[in-house]
Amino acid sequence: MSNVKRLAMQGITKEYPGCKANDQVFLDIEHGEIHALLGENGAGKSTLMKMLYGVVKPDAGSIIWNGSPVSIDQPAIARGLGIGMVFQHFSLFETLTVTENIALVLGDQAGHLKTLAHRIKATSERYGMPLDPERRISSLSTGERQRVEIVRCLLLDLQLLILDEPTSVLTPQEVQDLFKTLKKLTKEGCSVLFISHKLHEVTELCDSATILRAGKVTGHCIPKNETSESIARMMVGDDIAISNECKRALGGDVFASIEGLSTQSIGQFDIALKNINLQVKQGEIVGIAGIAGNGQEELLKALSGEEIHRNSQAIKFAGQFVDQLSPLKRRRLGLAFVPEDRLGRGAVPDLDLCDNALLTSFDSGLVQNGFLKKSKIVQLADKIIKQYKVKTPGNHTSAASLSGGNLQKFIVGREIDQEPKFLLMSHPTWGVDIGAQVAIHDAILQLRDRGCAILIISEDLDELYKISDRLGAICDGSVSDFLVPEVLPLVKLGQWMAGDFGPSTEPKTATTAATKTVEIGATSHD
Amino acid sequence: MDIDLVTNILYAMIMTGTPLLLVALGEMVCEKSGVLNLGQEGMMLMGAVAGFIAMYHTDNHFIGFIAAILVGIAMSLLFAFIALNLNANQVAAGLALTIFGTGLSAFLGNDYEGKQIAVLPSLSIDALQSIPLIGKPLFGQNAIVYLSWILVIVVYLFFRYHRQGLSVRAVGEDPSVASNLGLPVMFIRYLSVIFGGAMAGLAGGYLSIAYTPMWTEGMVSGKGWIALTLVVFASWRIERIILGAYLFGFASIMHLVAQGLNWDVSSNLLAMMPYVATLVVLVMLSRDKQRLKLFEPMALGKPWHRSS
Repeated sequence: MSNVKRLAMQGITKEYPGCKANDQVFLDIEHGEIHALLGENGAGKSTLMKMLYGVVKPDAGSIIWNGSPVSIDQPAIARGLGIGMVFQHFSLFETLTVTENIALVLGDQAGHLKTLAHRIKATSERYGMPLDPERRISSLSTGERQRVEIVRCLLLDLQLLILDEPTSVLTPQEVQDLFKTLKKLTKEGCSVLFISHKLHEVTELCDSATILRAGKVTGHCIPKNETSESIARMMVGDDIAISNECKRALGGDVFASIEGLSTQSIGQFDIALKNINLQVKQGEIVGIAGIAGNGQEELLKALSGEEIHRNSQAIKFAGQFVDQLSPLKRRRLGLAFVPEDRLGRGAVPDLDLCDNALLTSFDSGLVQNGFLKKSKIVQLADKIIKQYKVKTPGNHTSAASLSGGNLQKFIVGREIDQEPKFLLMSHPTWGVDIGAQVAIHDAILQLRDRGCAILIISEDLDELYKISDRLGAICDGSVSDFLVPEVLPLVKLGQWMAGDFGPSTEPKTATTAATKTVEIGATSHD
Repeated sequence: MDIDLVTNILYAMIMTGTPLLLVALGEMVCEKSGVLNLGQEGMMLMGAVAGFIAMYHTDNHFIGFIAAILVGIAMSLLFAFIALNLNANQVAAGLALTIFGTGLSAFLGNDYEGKQIAVLPSLSIDALQSIPLIGKPLFGQNAIVYLSWILVIVVYLFFRYHRQGLSVRAVGEDPSVASNLGLPVMFIRYLSVIFGGAMAGLAGGYLSIAYTPMWTEGMVSGKGWIALTLVVFASWRIERIILGAYLFGFASIMHLVAQGLNWDVSSNLLAMMPYVATLVVLVMLSRDKQRLKLFEPMALGKPWHRSS
């Protein structure tokens, strides 16, 4: 192989009002290698990729492609060079078929739709990613949608494939399949740029890595020679804790009990819950894994009271049926709730942090005879901001102006501060950086030790393995059994996430996968 | 009921439904690209007055229709500039366009009220016109009616089979994604809005040159609004737009039928019929929310601009 690098990005700088997203970034990628780009949220990874793919223009710096300088002004030029990109949020049109989606990108190369469909089928099978070209995107699973994105790139004369957090939406089995595909690709000379938060994936898959922190390159490494710990250190800097100890708890009496909860789906995009049975005990954390869109939202709505099922008698809090109760009445029974969508459901975007703190805490002495006690509200907001290290200019900043991770810290803090008896959380550390993640986990564990029943729904398996006392999965509206993480191998959980709820295998196989995941449990997740 | 009456009803139904078909077709394409143009009524009025004036001075139907189309396009460009380039609220911009068109057409057409122009001859296909019942309705119409059928087929095939039809749908579903994939979002939306304007202008011209033929202030009388609801309730599907347009045509000529059959019904009630009938039928058709989702342009009415 020649000495010419496939790609060299030199001194790339991009400034947005108020922040330098990329500052003198250098990035080299060789032929046929899988190169990891690592960094926390807001480290500038996405900006860098967007410049490479022609979505955003750099302020300074140059891009050398196969030895010659290029200017990539538009995605079409990037594709012309053989650069394909799979965004974290898929660039697919739900109402169009697979073939139609791919035809849109290929432009004149697409040819007749029928021949294109044959090409799609052939290519997808060659790389072990079977696809039906005639199906509409809306009927595909997340994993299948990702295949469409990848196949779309493969149909070009592909030399560099950029994957932005490709595994965050996949089951463990799907991840392994994806890795096989990527390795096959690199054998054929194609380079892969792999962006991920999951360090054990990087050490397993990648040949080399570049690490970004706050827009600057802070290190290069060969992942195989590093540990997850040492890479995480390069990502976050020296002064932040990157792990904490979690002890398992058994829990006491059952607080929340769900028996035979079933719902009906309203539209084709909704999932019906099917005979869900689940108990959460006081002083234990129950984790539910699952790929997005498998009924998590519906389950949360049923538990929080956002959707009330008039004729059902399935949910009990502390022995009392709550099916017919409003969210407020359920909160008065001890429920607290951290929804998945923080702007709009977890917080009111235009209200300031004080008012947002008041939203769910008004029962705890903040209101007297219908009048607001302003000073107490401010006190509460300040307390949450301080305790959970929320980065904000002040307590009168609007919720919308906080970054996602910071707002998440605020919402989690607000809910935990009420000393709930039952805490319902969806993606508690979604988009939160490592330091804050540790703080949130600590707060959750302390709350558990004070006797709160906690139910966590998340897609982040590292997190679930780390803090759950019992762990299970949801798929297509049904839940699996719940086991202690140490006896639930990752492979098994993966099968559950894919809907295969067969009996659990021998506990012995569990140890390697589970402990491995617990070890690197502190990695951040977007 | 004798067969001549049925033939005449069908004939008049198609003639009356045609302007609605044209303008709804244009608006559908426009909305498919994600742009909601509520200025149909104003564009139709401007097309009607421009077509009539051009026809009056040149005595040439062709020039009349071209003038109507060009003025419709000009109006839509005004809208496109405000709504797409300046990113104004599309609803407000469309309403303003209608108010503007209503006023300006009344002003321009003031001197032409009550003036006479030559009737647009029908373009009969004699051999086929003698077929009983459907001969006259299908083969005895004027050129614009045939043109509307051709356009319907072209638009249908365009969205069904042409790659650029896919591009329009993609832009209407998610302009940011479309732009990331390299589709020229602005260009596609401009073309779609322009097509909508051309159709509205043509429909207006049809009313003042072919259908009535004369100019009176506000002669479009709500057809632009009906077309807008037609597109939504037809859930952006051409076959339902055809159905809705001709249903409206049929209900519009009910008073003729009532006369023919010597019914004694209030004329006010009959005048209300087309609006009620069209709405009722289309609302019933669009009850299936799931299927609606498959055809609805998801980014409809949302401003979009390329981020740098």
